[in-house]
Amino acid sequence: MNKLLLIIQREYFSRVKKKSFLLMTILGPLLMAGVMIVPVWLAMRDKTEHQVFVLDHSGLFIDKIPNTKEIKFTYGVGTIDSAKAKLKNGPFDMVMEIDIEAINNDKTTPHLYYKKEPGISTQQYISNTMENILFDYRLQGDSIDVGKIERARRPVEVKTIKVSEDGFEKKTSAETNMIVGFSLAVAIYMMIFLYGAQVMRGVIEEKTNRIVEVIVSSVKPFQLMLGKIIGVAMVGLTQFVLWIILTFAISTFVTGVLFKDQIADKIKQEQQISKVMKDDITSHSDKMEKVKTPNEAIDVLDNLSKIDVSHVILVFAFYFLLGYLLYAALFAAIGSAVDSEADTQQFMIPVTAPLIISFAIAQGVASDPDSGLAQFFSIFPLTSPIVMMVRLPFGVPTWELALSMVMLVVGFLFFTWLAGKIYRTGILMYGKKTTWKELGKWLFYKG
Amino acid sequence: MTPILEVKNIHKNYANHVALRDVSLVVEPKKIFGLLGPNGAGKTSLIRIINQITGPDSGEVLFNGERLAPKHVDFIGYLPEERGLYKKMSVGEQVMYLAQLKGLKKDDAKIKLQNWFKKFEIENWWDKKIEELSKGMQQKVQFIVTVLHEPKLLILDEPFSGFDPINAQLIKNEILELREKGATIIFSTHNMGSVEELCDHIALINKSEKLLDGSVKEIRKNYKSNIYHITFKGNLMGFTNALWAGAELLDKKSDDDVHSVTVKLLRQNKPNDLLQAVLNHAEILSFQEVVPSMNDIFISVVENKTELNTQSTFTE
Repeated sequence: MNKLLLIIQREYFSRVKKKSFLLMTILGPLLMAGVMIVPVWLAMRDKTEHQVFVLDHSGLFIDKIPNTKEIKFTYGVGTIDSAKAKLKNGPFDMVMEIDIEAINNDKTTPHLYYKKEPGISTQQYISNTMENILFDYRLQGDSIDVGKIERARRPVEVKTIKVSEDGFEKKTSAETNMIVGFSLAVAIYMMIFLYGAQVMRGVIEEKTNRIVEVIVSSVKPFQLMLGKIIGVAMVGLTQFVLWIILTFAISTFVTGVLFKDQIADKIKQEQQISKVMKDDITSHSDKMEKVKTPNEAIDVLDNLSKIDVSHVILVFAFYFLLGYLLYAALFAAIGSAVDSEADTQQFMIPVTAPLIISFAIAQGVASDPDSGLAQFFSIFPLTSPIVMMVRLPFGVPTWELALSMVMLVVGFLFFTWLAGKIYRTGILMYGKKTTWKELGKWLFYKG
Repeated sequence: MTPILEVKNIHKNYANHVALRDVSLVVEPKKIFGLLGPNGAGKTSLIRIINQITGPDSGEVLFNGERLAPKHVDFIGYLPEERGLYKKMSVGEQVMYLAQLKGLKKDDAKIKLQNWFKKFEIENWWDKKIEELSKGMQQKVQFIVTVLHEPKLLILDEPFSGFDPINAQLIKNEILELREKGATIIFSTHNMGSVEELCDHIALINKSEKLLDGSVKEIRKNYKSNIYHITFKGNLMGFTNALWAGAELLDKKSDDDVHSVTVKLLRQNKPNDLLQAVLNHAEILSFQEVVPSMNDIFISVVENKTELNTQSTFTE
């Protein structure tokens, strides 16, 4: 059997069989699913119900504030003291007093007395609804046709359409492109750091175990390094695939099974609210905003489908793998040059600097994807895996992409060759602390 | 017979020093070849070149008459001085892996391993992790890994370190048995006792250069310096006078009227001349030629490099 294959096999299975791998594989999706589910859950969990006794001296708001699932309004008359007394014995946990001048004042300030602290959402609900009621009332008072106002206020949204060289038109959205680009860049960054560091630790382990000399008497040091890099890459890919599958499975399960009732409730409730709103003869700007939100979400999805997905996935896969391979080789070289993980710092900083720089300029690249800066860093092999991902959804000229890919392959070959030279000498050096000068000398030792 | 290994005029430089300077060796098959030298002499550099872990700057190595090439790796077994195993891997998995890296087929490796495990009575170790074994136990596993693929050339660097005397004896017997079966062994050590016991031939390297090369018997004979050990009963004074100018008294020890002396014959005098001279003055209890131990030779060669460099010419 091919010796390289044997090494890859060992590197792969020795890691996949570890308990920590299993733990990470399970914890990762749980965390990710958690990030996705917790906000939903928070929004959906049964809120405490508020019973509000409204003492409206102005009379404008009586029976006008719609009840929701959480807040029920009861209207009454009397003095504020008698109303406050209801907090003690009655079913009410809040009393709201609206003063008589509420209609005419520049600023209306109802007072809310409470037993149980109302959340921000409750306060916002009350102020929004009252604002709307006031708005309609005043317009009517000035004999202004609300319908005219409604027609006058229309949202404006810039739709961007990319015209490619062959005249093909494509709707784009800078926001969506940025989200996609950054997500891809972060995935590559994670792969490089998580698994590149594993390669480095593996090399240090072999060195401190002193098994390395036994192994390099059977295989070439370069084979051992390559086997380790490829083996760990496969571990990384396995973990990524498992993460995606598990995250998807968990979130589908949780949202589908556990929150089934809540989701149904929520939908019903939203329908109710919009019905209440529609029943309101008058319409207002706030409503428009509410209606706009789902549209925006649909827009993002719509724009996602505008991106050439198969192209993006293929290019991503290329940069994901080669970016990792290039950096893993450098990490292996670092591992070979030191005796323990604590000593890696001095070499880590220069090696990881290009990655950090990539992220530092990513924002600028996204805002001007065809600038000279973006072009340079998306072609330079040490930064291209990150920067090209940021540019990719905006569309990159074919020749630039091709050049960048070729450069990355060349860079990969060059740095792997360089790393191989350092690795070969480094794994057999013990004791003294390695300096940059020595690393340089190692490059010229004869194999 | 073609030598199994021929090292020809090897030079190896590192950035700040010369590791090997014009070193040549010939290792005959089915012999145990001792590679001696103090720390930092260049032994490990030479061994790494033979194992193709590093390459020489100039010179060449022939394996069985062919120029050393990657395919020869499978015919060499190497036990480095700095050795270890994967701590978290089980013994079985680990030895199987290392055996396959030496080109053994999986099934083949398994059968061979089981035989060795039976021989060393460690069958129940198969599923244990290396970190659960004691140092000596790990060394046993490591030894098996080194010899499993039945190498033609076995390179052992300090093989006995880490073994207790009983296991050291066990390993010693295995080494001798492997030689009987046709293996050639290069044996690098500081332990001169084991050199005398095991080696057929030695080479001594110091400060990057080979200083001494020859069969153990021959070298010891060449380093004899006409010194004899005599135990006798009688008068020490009379004995000393009888030596006169024929021999020099180096050392004496007395217990009542029994004396032990060490004398060095001078000029062309033969042992019989000495005996005749002293016979009338003492009652001889024992008479023995003092042959220098490998330890003595090692120390004297390393310490008096220049002086012995000239002497060592005769061994070449």
